[in-house]
Amino acid sequence: MKTDEKKIIDNAVNQDYKYGFVTDIEQEKLPPGLDESVVRFISKKKGEPEWLLEYRLKAFNHWKTLIEPDWALVNYPEIDFQSISYYAAPKPKEKLSSLDEVDPEILETYNKLGIPLHEQKMLANVAVDAVFDSVSITTTFREDLAKSGVIFCSFSEAVKDYPELVKQYLGSVVPYTDNFYAALNAVVFSDGSFVYIPKNTRCPMELSTYFRINAANTGQFERTLIIADEGSHVSYLEGCTAPMRDENQLHAAVVELITLDNAEIKYSTVQNWYPGDKNGKGGIYNFVTKRGACRGVNSKISWTQVETGSAVTWKYPSCILQGDRSVGEFYSVAVTNNMQQADTGTKMIHIGKNTKSTIISKGISAGKGQQTYRGEVKIMKNAENSRNFSQCDSILIGDQCGAHTFPYIDIRNSTAQMEHEATTSNIGEDQLFYCNSRGVSTEDAVSMIVNGFCKEVFKELPMEFAVEAQKLMEVTLEGSVG
Amino acid sequence: MLEIKNLHASVEGKEILKGVNLSIKPGELHVIMGPNGAGKSTLANVLAGREKFEVIKGELKFNEISLIDMLPEHRAGEGMFLSFQYPIAIPGVNNMYFLKAAVNSVRKYRGKDELDAVTFLKMIREKLKVVELDDSFIHRPVNEGFSGGEKKRNEILQMISLEPTLSILDETDSGLDIDALRIVAEGINNYRNDDRAFILITHYQRMLNHMEPDFIHVLMDGKIVKSGSKELAHKLEEKGYSWI
Repeated sequence: MKTDEKKIIDNAVNQDYKYGFVTDIEQEKLPPGLDESVVRFISKKKGEPEWLLEYRLKAFNHWKTLIEPDWALVNYPEIDFQSISYYAAPKPKEKLSSLDEVDPEILETYNKLGIPLHEQKMLANVAVDAVFDSVSITTTFREDLAKSGVIFCSFSEAVKDYPELVKQYLGSVVPYTDNFYAALNAVVFSDGSFVYIPKNTRCPMELSTYFRINAANTGQFERTLIIADEGSHVSYLEGCTAPMRDENQLHAAVVELITLDNAEIKYSTVQNWYPGDKNGKGGIYNFVTKRGACRGVNSKISWTQVETGSAVTWKYPSCILQGDRSVGEFYSVAVTNNMQQADTGTKMIHIGKNTKSTIISKGISAGKGQQTYRGEVKIMKNAENSRNFSQCDSILIGDQCGAHTFPYIDIRNSTAQMEHEATTSNIGEDQLFYCNSRGVSTEDAVSMIVNGFCKEVFKELPMEFAVEAQKLMEVTLEGSVG
Repeated sequence: MLEIKNLHASVEGKEILKGVNLSIKPGELHVIMGPNGAGKSTLANVLAGREKFEVIKGELKFNEISLIDMLPEHRAGEGMFLSFQYPIAIPGVNNMYFLKAAVNSVRKYRGKDELDAVTFLKMIREKLKVVELDDSFIHRPVNEGFSGGEKKRNEILQMISLEPTLSILDETDSGLDIDALRIVAEGINNYRNDDRAFILITHYQRMLNHMEPDFIHVLMDGKIVKSGSKELAHKLEEKGYSWI
């Protein structure tokens, strides 16, 4: 399929999906507060089966016994969980008739990011010219996936249409007992995505492109479940480089990945939620639990994340390497500018023999941003000949930001091999002057240096996103020097 | 093309240049010598526009345009080039990418079209021959892990790629072995023509064995205290600065 054609199709599909969300839910919002009746209300509203309601209620009873974790190196005012409304049907956004009606500042950012015009329209909720028959295109797309047996639908649909799969895997990687926010998510999750790739199937398209725009509508408590059956492969992209504003301050998503024998999941995230203003007012709290289980032998899970948004980020995409010879990877670029704080990293738990993990973490701090890499590598007793390579680099821009590294290493098998490299550097006045004296402006020099620093991670992103991610860095760090 | 009149400049509040006068015409090669701490590198940095070097008073004109409030990247665009005494490493940024960004920035400033990747690569391959470096050199990170000689040859590579009309070479000869010295000197000589001028800052006479300077200046305590022909360099080598 030609790229243009594919894009048109993707857009049409996204549009359809977006509306699908809105039309079958009435405009409703629950008053703030969380108790059993709220849980029952949500479950009923979504027409859930009894077992799922029970799951939510069990999670709720457990959540009540938990206290909010405070070990992360982040500061924010205490959250009153009873002041949050846990059910709000998505409001249909006002339709604009052309891009002229969109805030010029937002358009400028889109242009800087190089987002194509027709996508800008989608993002800004401008009606797209109906030059093509969206229904037939959607059908083509669905047919394509269906032909290969791939299931890709909203979480709610999956509960209705594939209850056995959901029942089998929900909470099997991130149980509701895992942590405070994972428990909260299990109680009140609104919707999310469900993917199942059947045996020996290579997903015929990057699910990334499909999700590109749709992701702007992700809920506050999103739940994602991806299962790659034996010998299958899928690449999934969550998020969008375009700046996203959301009225909900707290986001607590859960993502669970499962790979069976010889399967592979590549999960990429670009997170650009509203970071708050220069003084740290507003902004999203992004408290996410993401974890993948390499259940099968020779299976692989690869996390790639570019985190530039949110006021506070608390996130550790991890891999449990159960199957022998399974592979876990974590590639991360995180930026904190102005008053942003991020405590992020990964966990690699080696259980199977000959398992291998790679951690490449690149942190960039500017303004008064504070950033922490927190990672754990655990090699269990039976994980013979397991290997880990970790590299954690930080770059500081200016003299008011901070970078911190907390690597936890727990080795219980003497055949394990571990390598850990860490560097901290800053963009020095001498480097900038060197570039300036060669005709390169300070702004271009910063982006050149930062992109050079992040190269190893960007190359893991799907092509089209790698370019946007580079530009996203430029936009995020604009004005951070001088 | 360069007019320096009564130039006073300071670093971190300390006055280093205390009234420098210098006039350079196209095609000329001026050598500045002088003891450590005399202000030679300060002069180079002031000319290139480094922010922490502050001009207190005096005039600084390049092709009739005052440089005093001009950004360093614009000076580069105007045709000035500073070869660093200690070239700076930029880890993660490959040399070719850096050079391309630099070349296209100055081309843009000069109102020329930016070079595409193919044309650029062809151009750089030619220039690499001049400094006797192979292709692999441009794929390494800028100055990272370069030997002393490679760093200085890289400076010359940048110079001949950016096509300045005034090149300031700050101790480009220091830390070079005999072969590297020859390559660097030839690079400069080949680049010389009637339109291009040079300021060569050096401690040693040996670089001058390879080239024909028009003037030798001695900078001491922030002022040019003596100027002369090539002979002056020989005399200094022989007798030291106390002779002045």
